[in-house]
Amino acid sequence: MAKLKPEDLEKISQRMRKMTILREGSGQAKVTVHMGTCGIAAGARKIMAAILALVEEKNTRDVIVTSSGCAGLCSREPMMTVELKGEAPVKYVDLTEKKVRAIFAQHVMNGNIVVKYALAMGSERVS
Amino acid sequence: MAKYRMHLMLCAGTGCVSNKSIKISEVLEKELKKHKLEAEILVVLTGCNGFCAQGPIMVVHPDEIFYQMLTERDIPHLVEEHFLKGRPVRKLMYTPPKEKTPVPKMSDIGFFKEQRLVALRNRGLIDPEKIDEYIARDGYSALARALTSMTPETIIKEIKDSGLRGRGGAGFPTGRKWEFAARAKAEEKYIICNADEGDPGAFMDRSIVESDPHSVLEGMTIGAMAIGARHGYIYIRSEYPIAVERMRKAIKQAREYGLLGEDILGTEFEFEVSVHQGAGAFVCGEETSLIASLEGRPPEPRIRPPFPAQSGLWGKPTNINNVETWANVPEIINRGASWYSQLGTDTSKGTKVFSLVGKVKNTGLIEVPMGITLRKIIYDIGGGILEDKKFKAIQTGGPSGGCIPEKLLDLPIDYEKLTEVGSIMGSGGMIVMDEDTCMVDVARYFVDFLRGESCGKCTSCREGLESMYQVLTGICEGKGKEDDVELLQELGAAIKDGSMCALGGTAANPVLSTIRYFENEYQSHIRDQRCPAGVCRELIQYLIDREECTGCLLCVKNCPGNAISGKRKEPVHLDQEKCIKCGVCLEVCKFKAVLVE
Ligand SMILES: Cc1cc2nc3c(=O)[nH]c(=O)nc-3n(C[C@H](O)[C@H](O)[C@H](O)COP(=O)(O)O)c2cc1C
Repeated sequence: MAKLKPEDLEKISQRMRKMTILREGSGQAKVTVHMGTCGIAAGARKIMAAILALVEEKNTRDVIVTSSGCAGLCSREPMMTVELKGEAPVKYVDLTEKKVRAIFAQHVMNGNIVVKYALAMGSERVS
Repeated sequence: MAKYRMHLMLCAGTGCVSNKSIKISEVLEKELKKHKLEAEILVVLTGCNGFCAQGPIMVVHPDEIFYQMLTERDIPHLVEEHFLKGRPVRKLMYTPPKEKTPVPKMSDIGFFKEQRLVALRNRGLIDPEKIDEYIARDGYSALARALTSMTPETIIKEIKDSGLRGRGGAGFPTGRKWEFAARAKAEEKYIICNADEGDPGAFMDRSIVESDPHSVLEGMTIGAMAIGARHGYIYIRSEYPIAVERMRKAIKQAREYGLLGEDILGTEFEFEVSVHQGAGAFVCGEETSLIASLEGRPPEPRIRPPFPAQSGLWGKPTNINNVETWANVPEIINRGASWYSQLGTDTSKGTKVFSLVGKVKNTGLIEVPMGITLRKIIYDIGGGILEDKKFKAIQTGGPSGGCIPEKLLDLPIDYEKLTEVGSIMGSGGMIVMDEDTCMVDVARYFVDFLRGESCGKCTSCREGLESMYQVLTGICEGKGKEDDVELLQELGAAIKDGSMCALGGTAANPVLSTIRYFENEYQSHIRDQRCPAGVCRELIQYLIDREECTGCLLCVKNCPGNAISGKRKEPVHLDQEKCIKCGVCLEVCKFKAVLVE
């Protein structure tokens, strides 16, 4: 293994932190995929895989991806919730991998809610 | 590098490993594979989490869900429910005593809330066997800073200004100690890390080495640069196999990265570290006997001066510090002396790691700011006394620490305050005792330990402790004499004055402090032949309460001396002649029908 120079420490640290940031519980965005039985049946695992791939592809370390149980709206699964730091969570429904890519690029990375895919009902109305 | 969405930080400290956490990790990996989650979820084996009473422990990030007392059988359900479907499993979470709802997040649990982690900054957050994870948390950046932009003088100044004092017991200012060694002129100088940790029940140092070995190595390397040493030794007890193994791995990794050895970080600085396994005598932890033991001689303390800084290992200037002291060093260099000295009290800066054991609900390893009160430690962190019994005393500082009574619980603890009340900081042991503890018996217990561990070189320590033990045994057996208390005080003073090292110097603390705060218990034993706590066998009798006894005969079955007899559904009879006073009947009786008098 190569002997390190002081600047190499910073490189290792940056590379590793992309992974370990998760343990610090902070991140600019948190994406929660609803993985109840209904969600999984509707394809939530594919959605999860797609998001993880996007996070890696975009090389961003500030996105935390988690799963949660059924959100009580089984007919609209797969679903996910995007929560940017300091902003209200937004639920997206009837997801496909294509929609996920759009949501990731516009909302997660750039902070613009993708209204057409978002759940708009009652107090959760977003537009 | 793959992006994992979840990290399962499974504790692999000694406590959790003995409760099968390694086996649990295997089952975890298997179940994750079964659900095809192995690419999404990472299992990390960490060092000691600290909340050892609840082990095996697993903390799930990013949500910081705290799972406890896991068994292999819990894992399949946990993997499916939480890790696949995202529904945290409540029955595996921690529920505080007397409450009904579990607390999911680690940082909301009382045991963790009041803690402030400096020496243990990486505990549970990294895999201690992966140097990259240490580096991710700013590891070795303090060393880089020291090597590239500091001089030995500015390093020493920073440590001095921080107010850091030795965590191994005596509390000597670390920066000043380094300065002595730095000023000593010699071709060869040495650095030693004292990881002997001989206090029974203490595991602060073991836990640091197990959870973050690189923090100790980095601290030592910075110290070596400051005093001008090229070789360091880690003296660690053989009873700590996991710690020894992790330290060895850490040294190997640091060498491969050029963080130990020649030309460290591309500079001209060189430093090597070797691990030496100690053979386990308590006195080996005393610095001069530790050095003797390292040199292959019997571990007997010698008179100081000369101090190790002048003449230590192989007669060369040597700087010896405790594990926890070393682990604080990188953080001080990184965050600065003024940051560090904001924590703590006037005389004692920073934090201290304690092992909190005995009759508290939450036992384990804690790190708290100096100046915290004993009450906070016992009630907020420790969760109060087991079975809600009455608190009687807390012994701090290891076997030669004093016992502190209830009325002093609001004492903000630091080196000076603890000494004032007749105890010591020591290396950070804390044993909580409840109303069922006999203070004379406790004093006898510690004196028994110390008389066995006295190396025998100083007559006052060797013979004095033996005499103390005889007197205390007499008192516990009801043979105490009127002037025994005075005799004990006199012996205590003689041992303290006539012994070379701090073993004798502090050995009388358990006796003197219990006399100071619990003299009435001594008097009950001596004058009334009574042990108020019902502990000293010669002074107690077990009796059957005929009103309460239902004749279930459980005690009859369990009595090892066949001292209890009786018929079903009739009160039993206890034969005092045959009774060996083991107390089993009291333990098994479900009807409170066994009384102690
Ligand atoms: C009987 C006895 C046992 C000791 N055991 C230990 C020990 O296990 N670990 C330790 O670090 N210091 C122990 N010490 C204290 C050491 O002599 C020494 O003060 C310490 O290692 C210095 O490091 P520090 O300044 O960082 O505390 C012991 C002292 C005595 C008298």
